[in-house]
Amino acid sequence: MVPTSYYLILSAMIFAIGAVGVLVRRNALIILMCVEMMLNSVNLTLIALSRQWGNLNGQVFVFMIMAVAAAEVAVGLAILIANTRHRESINIDEIHLLKW
Amino acid sequence: MTWSMLFFVLVGAVSLAAAAGVVLSRQPVHSALFLLTNFATLAVLYVTLEAQFLAAAQVIIYAGGIVILILFVIMLIGGETNDFVARQRSWTRGVALGLGILLLASLSYSVFQGFNQPPADVTAIQGGIPEAVGQALFTQYLLPFELASILLLVALLGALVLGRHGTVAHTGSQPASPPPSSDD
Repeated sequence: MVPTSYYLILSAMIFAIGAVGVLVRRNALIILMCVEMMLNSVNLTLIALSRQWGNLNGQVFVFMIMAVAAAEVAVGLAILIANTRHRESINIDEIHLLKW
Repeated sequence: MTWSMLFFVLVGAVSLAAAAGVVLSRQPVHSALFLLTNFATLAVLYVTLEAQFLAAAQVIIYAGGIVILILFVIMLIGGETNDFVARQRSWTRGVALGLGILLLASLSYSVFQGFNQPPADVTAIQGGIPEAVGQALFTQYLLPFELASILLLVALLGALVLGRHGTVAHTGSQPASPPPSSDD
């Protein structure tokens, strides 16, 4: 049986790659994808810990995270489309109306 | 090295490569397909972690729903809006890489500090079959489940309002826009 710490290390790597992607890329779509990837790595962590402690609560949490991620991506993509309609760009540096 | 360990290493390597591909590829469509690969390999890992119901839900929700939605939006917006790194801030890439390595190092350190003991009794979660997960979901977590349904409804309405052509948004500054019955 693969130890739990290996799964945790893998999910930490995926989370770090997603975080670097959010910081590096300027395309709003790809930033959204990286956020989804980070949410998924957290799901992997919760499932690995659910097996570690022999408790189903972690899997229920993952179910809730999936629902929230679906809602998040739907609203985020709708915001992107509404933004693209006003200015022909999805460069995140040009979306600075609320920036102080 | 046992077979399960070999399997984990192979699937984990594919997952990491796909995650790197999401960040590194130039075309948004390629990023979306790499994201699909990443989700699929994670579903495989869920099966090895005694979570069969969530593996199926992962494939249905993420691979079947979210990636398709992202692909639709890429087709709608246009895929050739490729990489625009901030030209006026060329140091962003190095700083982001350093911060990522710092994050990974601190996470790995805390994991190695905390997890030396073997897994507990794994028969208690019954392989994560839908019966066991549903039992927990509809008894102990009934209220969060209903709240999640309300959240999904609100997100549906919000996406609908944000995504449609705004007849409310521009208040008469556009000359003689056609009536909204011509919406596709």
